Amino acid sequence: MRITITSVFVDDQDKALDFYTTVLGFQKKHDIPLGGEDRWLTVVSPEEPDGTELLLEPDGHPAVKPYKSALVDDGIPCTSFAVDDIQAEFTRLRDLGVTFTQEPVAMGPVTTAVLDDTCGNLIQIAQHHG
Amino acid sequence: MSDIFKALADATRRAILDELTDRNGQTLFEICARLTTKHQLGSSRQAISQHLDMLETVGLVTTRREGRYKYHYLDVTPLEPIIDRWLTPNRRNAP
Repeated sequence: MRITITSVFVDDQDKALDFYTTVLGFQKKHDIPLGGEDRWLTVVSPEEPDGTELLLEPDGHPAVKPYKSALVDDGIPCTSFAVDDIQAEFTRLRDLGVTFTQEPVAMGPVTTAVLDDTCGNLIQIAQHHG
Repeated sequence: MSDIFKALADATRRAILDELTDRNGQTLFEICARLTTKHQLGSSRQAISQHLDMLETVGLVTTRREGRYKYHYLDVTPLEPIIDRWLTPNRRNAP
């Protein structure tokens, strides 16, 4: 068994695709119309084009928005991405106008920061040391 | 004033104040993560939330909503009576 897909619930797939590619730097992998407005839309890291895909999943189900806003209210990220140099990544993203609810903090073997993906989620980035 | 000492009489609450001194303005998530990783305090989020409520009741912590985010800030104003009552008079009388 392998993990090939993980997902984030986004409020707008076009906006999400722009943020996750143009700003975060992922690349589009699949974009398949599903009949209505929703698409099967995934991105991957350019460092691992055949790696785990991130599904930018529409958040239309009524349970999703309260769930998302409750997490954001307490500052809780919905997922975490690995970075090699968190300080450089933080500076790069901040200069692009990204909002951080937590600037980089060293927490034992890992330094983490938390950013807003503009689609209703907080995302953690983490650099593992050593 | 007794409420202040009661609030300070707990190691977890003192650790929260330490971390807010390190950086003022933190989400609940950041406070919980710092307590877990830097202080090995594995309290539940609910427990930390209750500690923060108590600190807020005595005025040592204030919360501010910025858009959709909620941040916690340290406010040392309630500690000033302690200085006025015991520390400042001694300094005045010091030779």
